[in-house]
Amino acid sequence: MATLRDIRRRIRSVESTQKITRAMKLVAAAKLRRAQERIVAARPYAGKMAELLGNLVSSAAAGDEAPHPLLVQRAGPRRQVVIITADRGLAGAFNANIVRRALDFIRQSSAPDVTLVVVGRKGRDFFRRRGFTIKRDMLGFWDRLAYSHAAELADFLMQQYLGAEVDEVHLIYNEFRSVAVQRPVREQLLPIPRAEAGEERASTVDYLYEPGSDAILGDLLPRHVRTQVFRALMESLAGEYGARMTAMEAATKNAKEMIEVLTIQYNKARQEKITKELLDIVGGAEALTQGAEA
Amino acid sequence: MAERLTLELATPTRLVVAETADEVVVPGIEGYFGVLPGHAAFLTTLGTGAVTYRIGRDEHPLAVSGGFAEVRNDKVIILADTAERPDEIDRARAEQARERAERRLSGRGAEEAIDYARATAALSRAMIRLQTAAQAH
Repeated sequence: MATLRDIRRRIRSVESTQKITRAMKLVAAAKLRRAQERIVAARPYAGKMAELLGNLVSSAAAGDEAPHPLLVQRAGPRRQVVIITADRGLAGAFNANIVRRALDFIRQSSAPDVTLVVVGRKGRDFFRRRGFTIKRDMLGFWDRLAYSHAAELADFLMQQYLGAEVDEVHLIYNEFRSVAVQRPVREQLLPIPRAEAGEERASTVDYLYEPGSDAILGDLLPRHVRTQVFRALMESLAGEYGARMTAMEAATKNAKEMIEVLTIQYNKARQEKITKELLDIVGGAEALTQGAEA
Repeated sequence: MAERLTLELATPTRLVVAETADEVVVPGIEGYFGVLPGHAAFLTTLGTGAVTYRIGRDEHPLAVSGGFAEVRNDKVIILADTAERPDEIDRARAEQARERAERRLSGRGAEEAIDYARATAALSRAMIRLQTAAQAH
């Protein structure tokens, strides 16, 4: 039987844990809002970019010029998987889901040669322990995520792709569906998928180009890839905060229930102690009166 | 007829301008060009320079660098790598960038071409920022 002091100590410990989880929840909620606003703010650029890309690729396809290298499908065996995780845990199944999705993809992959690029400490640690080939990692930038981080990563991926070191690049990241829902998704980043480039679009705008349309396309495609990476990073960041907020809310609730149970236990134990003491006193008094009557 | 232009200027991180304007001047890669209502469909890459849009008699400049400009059906869409209004420009930082770039360009010795190109680009970005900031009132 736990003593009163033990129970009190446990209650205090759970209370201080609850304080921490509650604070973490509030912080995650505030950061989540900012992350969501950034996703929305980035939409006009990305949307217009996709539209321009569609127009340009379809008009380039109409001509007989060789397609841009970033659009060329190569039947090579070397795949690169970019896995986007968080630096920190305490976010429910956020990191575990991505890692599992990535492992599934790597296992089912027909390509025999798979290399990884890992974003986030959690993923890096996991895949390094498992002895995967990590070509590059990116850690510790999440708190100040900027477009330049995405550009740097995207440029590295394109450089490898254009240097024919890899034949395909895939992105695996948590897509932000809602505060409570993040979905691990996989997207092909390179070569830029045909559907995305909108090659079958019927109507093309007859532009005057300055410089030529393929020169513009050559400028546009790398920016498109950077935008894609930026979006994936922002989705993942918002997802991380959403997952952490949900996890910490659940933890705070669990702590509250635990405190209730412990408080009942504490009261019971205290009651029992008092009853026992009362019985002792009554018993003692009884013995005294009986002694006096004798 | 009082036809006007719709202008949208976005960077990867935000929508900077969404306005109706009477005239837009854009720094294309092959030189500045002006857009008035009725302009032909046009697509160009963007140089480093100042986008200026006019509403009535008010002119609004922005320092931009890199990206694209599209003109179609009296709609001007500019996708810039960076874009700043005059009051958003950090003059001290632009000044430092200018000095740094000038120092690099005046430095003698075996400078690599790529550094030269980079310093020239940095210098022109800094100059544009400073010029645009000077137009703020």
